[in-house]
Amino acid sequence: MEPSRDWTIPGLTIGFAIVAVSGAVFLPDWLLNQMVISFSRALAVVGLMVLWRTGLVSFGHALYFGLGAYTVALLGKEFGVSDVLITLPAAALASAAVGVGLGFIIRKYREIFFAMLSLAFSMVLYGIVVKTEALGSTDGFSVLSPTLLGMSSDDAGVTLVSLFLGLCLVGWAVAVLVHRYLKSVLGSLTTAIRDNEIRVEYLGYSVAEAIHGKYVMSAALAGLGGGFLAISLGQVDPDSMINWTVSGELVFVTILSGPGSVAAPFIGSLIFELIRTYAFEWLPYAWQLIVGATLLIIIFFLPDGVWSLITRLAAGRGDKR
Amino acid sequence: MTAILEAREINKTFGAVTAAKDINISVVEHEIVGIIGANGAGKTTFVNMVTGWLRPSTGQILFEGRDITGMAPRRITRLGICRSFQVAQVFMTMTVFDNLMIALGIAESRGLLALLPLRRGDLEARADAILQRYQIVEYRDQVSSTLPQGVRKLLDIAMAMVARPRILLLDEPTSGISVEEKFGLMDIVMGALKDEGVTVLFVEHDMEIVERYVSRVIAFYQGEIICDAAPAEALVDPKVKEFVIGGEPQGWSTHDTAGAGERADA
Repeated sequence: MEPSRDWTIPGLTIGFAIVAVSGAVFLPDWLLNQMVISFSRALAVVGLMVLWRTGLVSFGHALYFGLGAYTVALLGKEFGVSDVLITLPAAALASAAVGVGLGFIIRKYREIFFAMLSLAFSMVLYGIVVKTEALGSTDGFSVLSPTLLGMSSDDAGVTLVSLFLGLCLVGWAVAVLVHRYLKSVLGSLTTAIRDNEIRVEYLGYSVAEAIHGKYVMSAALAGLGGGFLAISLGQVDPDSMINWTVSGELVFVTILSGPGSVAAPFIGSLIFELIRTYAFEWLPYAWQLIVGATLLIIIFFLPDGVWSLITRLAAGRGDKR
Repeated sequence: MTAILEAREINKTFGAVTAAKDINISVVEHEIVGIIGANGAGKTTFVNMVTGWLRPSTGQILFEGRDITGMAPRRITRLGICRSFQVAQVFMTMTVFDNLMIALGIAESRGLLALLPLRRGDLEARADAILQRYQIVEYRDQVSSTLPQGVRKLLDIAMAMVARPRILLLDEPTSGISVEEKFGLMDIVMGALKDEGVTVLFVEHDMEIVERYVSRVIAFYQGEIICDAAPAEALVDPKVKEFVIGGEPQGWSTHDTAGAGERADA
């Protein structure tokens, strides 16, 4: 049986192009802002999805998300650097570097121990930031307005659209690269490790090294996402960047999205942000109830996330033809 | 002839339990060695030590003269010693073809080559050839968890052979297989292994299988080797009869065993 042709990359290209153009031209600023926040988070969720496919759930990726955000903010505060071509790669690199170090410890653990250890690491960073005056303590501090090759705009709308377009471009590149990675020999070890670590080891590949690599990749993506979020909010603070609730949100969006495709985190993250926004508007004192109910519905009726709904609908349409 | 695998004075203890005691084994290239013994005799412990899952308490294991004692399983696999398992170790949620593709991908793609696509023509052609050789083509697109036990065993062995090892260790290849299927399965496996010229050590409880396929028998009892000889000699050894076989095996006779030795050597 010949495998059917993979339309993921053409689909991603067309999808991101449509979203970028329609967003820049038609969407109001408040919705564009929601999309920037959603796509920033989605970058981190792509990494968590890779871990999830490997059978690993991290409850502590706010560590890297926050690290990326604070890297961008500190580069501006301490060195006056605001160029996104420097700050965003630096955010990803800083998170990746910490991921390399912690990965040597965390790669030995699985299941709940992996999840809790990652949470513990993130709470250590949270504790350090909260207690450090130089990092703004619980109030955080502001982020310099972003520049690109020395160019900047005083118009907040232009800055927002530029950031959105840049995020679409980076989101597309990340999705394509991660998709290609998942189709590679190394990437295919995600499901293989989840299924049977013993066999992977006896085929001649180090499970620990494979997990370490995926962990570092997810750390870098979370850092990049955190960097984008810091720029879009213009502010960093521990509660909205590093706290365990942020890690919880990332896991929530990962489950909501499902592991089926690299496109899923972008859709899932947008759905999450919209649910949260409207839930907050309708029930400002009990919005968590709606968010929680949504998660329950997903777990009961769509255990493979919203992406499985899309594939089911597509399959249904194919059958009718 | 130079030994391809040597175990020198291997001992392994788990607390007060001695699982291997003064094990000395030397295997030359292309030998087919049957490892027999009752449950708990130390057969699988020996296999686990050779393949790196367990580290011997004392002693040395040499592969082509190189000390591999305590090396990680993946390094031993890369050197050319592969294994199958008593309970087939395959990727249960994947198809038979995808199982083989992963095995081939790992075997053929080291370093940065592991970033190349898994699905590529050369690997797919090899996977199809392996399916043919192990006669599991009809299961190509079936998910492994739904396979009959015998087919899963064949897949496990085929995956171990993908890296073209110099030595293959089979841990009870016919366990859980029906009497009707076991010779068919072993004929397929031994035929494929003979074509590859691989040295084989296999753990087996079934004396009919041992009698038919091996050129040498090593019998374990309570972690010690009690007999190391050709099948014709080993299967009539009084210690082997007492501690391993537990009486005359059904359908077996001295005359048959002599013939079996010839078949295995042929």
